Amino acid sequence: MSPAPGHGRRGPPMRGAKADDFRLAWKRLFEYMGSYRIPFLVAMVIACIGTVLTLAGPNIISDVTDLIQAGVSVFDQDHGQWIVGQMDLDRIVSLCLLLVALYAVSAVLTFVQQYIMTTISQRTASNFRRDISRKINRLPLRYFDSSTTGDVMSRVTNDVDTLGQSMNQSISTMATSVTLLAGSVVMMLYTNMTMAATAILSSLAGFAFMAVVMGRSQKYFDRQQTDLGAMNGHVEEMYSGHLVMKTYGGEAAAKAEFDGINRSLYRSGFMSQFLGGLMMPFMNFIGNLGYVMVCIVGALLVMDGSISFGVIMAFMIYVRLFTQPLTQISQAVVSMQAVAAAAERVFGFLDEPEMEDESGKSARLDHVEGHVEFRDVRFGYTSDREIIHGFSAEVLPGQKVAIVGPTGAGKTTMVNLLMRFYEVNSGDILIDGVSTRDMRREDVHDLFCMVLQDTWLFEGTLRENLVYSKEGVTDERLDEVCRAVGLYHYVQTLPDGYDTRINDASEMSAGQRQQVTIARAMIEDAPLLILDEATSSVDTRTERVIQEAMDRLTENRTSFVIAHRLSTIRNSDLILVMRDGNIIEQGTHDGLLAQGGFYANLYNSQFDPEEE
Amino acid sequence: MILKYLNAKHWAAIAVCVVLVAVMVYLELEIPGYMTSITAQLTGLNTDMDVVLADGGMMLACAFGSLVVSIVVGCLAAWIATSFSMRLRDLEYSAVQSFSLEEMNRFSTSSLITRSTNDITQIQMTTAMGLMIIIRAPIMAVWAITKILDKNWEWTVATAVGVVAIVTIISIVMLYAIPRFKRIQGLTDNVNRVTRENLSGIRVVRAYNAESYQEAKSEEANRELTDTNLSANRAMATMFPAMMLVMNGLSLAIYWIGATLIDAAAMEDQLTLFSDMVVFSSYAMQVVMSFIMLVMIFMILPRAMVASKRVQEVINTVPSIRDGPGADAPREGTVEFRNVSFKYPGTSGDVLHDVSFTASKGETVAIIGATGSGKTTAVDLIPRLYDATEGQVLVDGVDVREYRLQDLRDRIGYVPQKAFMFKGTIESNVRYGHGSEASTEEQVRRAVGIAQAAEFVESKEGGYGSEVAQGGTNLSGGQRQRLSIARAVCRDPEIYIFDDSFSALDYRTDRVLREALKREVSGATMLIVAQRIGTIIDADRIVVLDDGEVVGMGRHEELLRTCPVYLDIARSQLSDEELGL
Repeated sequence: MSPAPGHGRRGPPMRGAKADDFRLAWKRLFEYMGSYRIPFLVAMVIACIGTVLTLAGPNIISDVTDLIQAGVSVFDQDHGQWIVGQMDLDRIVSLCLLLVALYAVSAVLTFVQQYIMTTISQRTASNFRRDISRKINRLPLRYFDSSTTGDVMSRVTNDVDTLGQSMNQSISTMATSVTLLAGSVVMMLYTNMTMAATAILSSLAGFAFMAVVMGRSQKYFDRQQTDLGAMNGHVEEMYSGHLVMKTYGGEAAAKAEFDGINRSLYRSGFMSQFLGGLMMPFMNFIGNLGYVMVCIVGALLVMDGSISFGVIMAFMIYVRLFTQPLTQISQAVVSMQAVAAAAERVFGFLDEPEMEDESGKSARLDHVEGHVEFRDVRFGYTSDREIIHGFSAEVLPGQKVAIVGPTGAGKTTMVNLLMRFYEVNSGDILIDGVSTRDMRREDVHDLFCMVLQDTWLFEGTLRENLVYSKEGVTDERLDEVCRAVGLYHYVQTLPDGYDTRINDASEMSAGQRQQVTIARAMIEDAPLLILDEATSSVDTRTERVIQEAMDRLTENRTSFVIAHRLSTIRNSDLILVMRDGNIIEQGTHDGLLAQGGFYANLYNSQFDPEEE
Repeated sequence: MILKYLNAKHWAAIAVCVVLVAVMVYLELEIPGYMTSITAQLTGLNTDMDVVLADGGMMLACAFGSLVVSIVVGCLAAWIATSFSMRLRDLEYSAVQSFSLEEMNRFSTSSLITRSTNDITQIQMTTAMGLMIIIRAPIMAVWAITKILDKNWEWTVATAVGVVAIVTIISIVMLYAIPRFKRIQGLTDNVNRVTRENLSGIRVVRAYNAESYQEAKSEEANRELTDTNLSANRAMATMFPAMMLVMNGLSLAIYWIGATLIDAAAMEDQLTLFSDMVVFSSYAMQVVMSFIMLVMIFMILPRAMVASKRVQEVINTVPSIRDGPGADAPREGTVEFRNVSFKYPGTSGDVLHDVSFTASKGETVAIIGATGSGKTTAVDLIPRLYDATEGQVLVDGVDVREYRLQDLRDRIGYVPQKAFMFKGTIESNVRYGHGSEASTEEQVRRAVGIAQAAEFVESKEGGYGSEVAQGGTNLSGGQRQRLSIARAVCRDPEIYIFDDSFSALDYRTDRVLREALKREVSGATMLIVAQRIGTIIDADRIVVLDDGEVVGMGRHEELLRTCPVYLDIARSQLSDEELGL
């Protein structure tokens, strides 16, 4: 439950994130939408209709302008007299009303479309989160060896967030922009060919120039991302290593490194900020350029008498409608790429092979004696390296097995195999004569209580942490267990007793956390026990309480203890000595000492300073 | 205000920006003027093509001029924003570097990281964007309004209504959506927390068959997040269509009003009114856009204000531990605690109370005690990670507060509880720090050898040049701990401090390592904090701490007889026969 590192989460938008197979990713995304596919298509159609309505506007405006112009009285210099204008107000009003209706309908359509798209993308993101969360519990533990928590987390957060935010925007922007672009070209060509050519060519000339500038700037954007990453990395490292940096006088060296990164970030940041900021002024200029060109060519045509002034008015709007989608399309392409890349990563996770389906297995143990047998077990974490070479042992009901060995010797391997977190390569583990492979995994898990070294508590009430997934636990039982593990007094001092919430901030000592996990195992009350007896950072008094609680837990249970205390080791019925992943010796304390092997060496080295 | 960190050059650049933006606005507002002229030419009976071309040319010139000016302004704004954030980042980093543990703990490392990265990026973005908008929008709005005011009041009223409508719409939507977006941050953290929980406790989850329990929890967090996301985003979905509606409606209203006005006007005024109408519609849009920009900036600003407040908190924090005047004591390697008491700031109880002991040159002094008995705190006072509240800590006969920090810490090889590795190579990690940077390859090898790390280092493909990932994640806990010890050895200090630095080693390695240390660096003084009796059994002096007080001092055998707390600890780890009782 460590706090999340400060990087990654709300970083700057990913630039240039590319999917391996853009089309496949979008195809799968579409299929994943399931029942939202129809509304999705409806929204697309609505978006197109809305756009077409927007396009009809300028034409009507053009008519209105012409009508108003007809009402303007003009002084005819050649004849020295006024030509009186005739304003058709009724027609103007009816056209204006039509426009009002048009704008209103288009606004409603845009709203409906955005509403649908927002709903779809949020719901899809929600489904992704749900599926990822389920997937986590269906993957073999092997998967988590090769990938970090951070990796899975980044899929749940960054990738799903990208999907939720950009799927909606990118695809609907794309749809409307393409419609707008095509539509405005069609309308322009339809209205007047010469004017259309003028508008399109002058806009495209401007865009060509902009494309060159923007193409140049991409490398600065990339460099800025790299520099930002380096900066975050350096800051995170130095702040976490503050203690070492200070005590070793590493300030000057760190500052020099920081200065280098900071300057580099300044340079790339300046260039990206500057070049990125050019977009808007250029867009404005292109708009004005198109406008002037339309006016000049339009003026010539008006003088020709081939078009009316209203056409110029319409084209002034068309020019704007035409330039706008061009930029939007280029942005939408980038963000559709990012969505595809995110979708690919999420699907990659959801596609991971799951654990074997065991609904067909039926072997169950109703009354468990606790007899455990290892029969020629062979195992390796990777297929090319076997670490346990044919291990056999028999544990009688109620016996205590101690697993010992130096740090990193692979003591948790035994837990992994007993709990079937990993499958053995060959051989068998039998409980009361039944192979665990013939049972369902959850039935195997039900046979064991487990207390691990990392005292895993989750955010929730103390009761939830104690009872966990077990049902029907009474308060009397909770009291009883808490007394047994020495937690009762502590619970009494809590303001809300068992309903006190536990979180990172709550003041639970390492010892109390350990007591809670032991209590949890007691409540679980399974016939066999796996215990990782780490007693590092606990004071002596608490340690004694915890030891007593652990001893109580092992009573009448076949127990496998990853042992650190000598008393536990000496009192156990079987000691498995591990080194480099393998079980190198097994026997009782006295037997192993007499052997004079690795165990004897290990044991002697710790309290006999005169040796060697 | 954070703006005080802008220097004179920044302010000069801002002043230039204001002038240039005014020029830009002037040019942009000239454009509709030429449009009027062109319109008048086109609508009149006698169109003079020369006038149209001349006006068109001027209009393009204005547009181009405005482009050039905005490029210059953009360049200045980018410079101001990035050099300002570079300065802030530098100030903040230097401030954090000077922090003692007290300040680090007060802020928490993860918060400091966010303050130095995300918060500064936030400030940079807002400065770059805000600078342009805050200067431009008011100038544009005021200037455009003055151009409009002398035209017909009907149009002005229509524009005012449009502005009010748009500002109202944006404000309502934002007031509804922004608190929800804020809540989304927390709810996202919540989803992450539940997932992280499931991942970190994956074995427990499976062992207890609690998969569905976890899934239900995560589904609940997911549902809350999705609901809030939906309501916030749906609200946002209303904004854009509504804004478009108002803007389209406004230009339509201007035409409609124009038609009525022209119809009612005298013949000679009709043409002027018509050109005014065309021009007015574009000025009105400028006014509306300026207001939209202003509202937007007021929505973004609060976030940047919070970020800048957080950054300033760091910059303005004065570290509680600073250099002393400097002392010139010969390097002996003695440590003395003289009636030392310590309490953490803001707490009432003493963590250490009247602690006195000495470690003479070459001695090994061990400190043992229960968790929370103050062992780590005691050794932290030597390199001045904290300062004693009462009493004195002396190194080489001089109060530690007299030394310059660098000089004091150069005398000490401190191995912290948690072995920290920097990204780099094994070698760069071992020769880390002031004075060690220049160590020879031989010295590095010797240090690694003493720390019993030679075997695993040399078995690595890259040997001493092997990559170490950030945080040392590609090394095991025991390997990190040994390299961390090697780092201290490489400095060749007079005083070693091991703060529970052998805990991740197995008993055997622990022992061999200590023997090697004893053999190779015999002249150095060692202070060892330990949990394991085995680690300290042969120390020259063992200080037993209980609740911050010294309850026993002496050698192992003496303490077994005289100190019940020590006996207690010993018995919890070793049997009586092993203890020789």
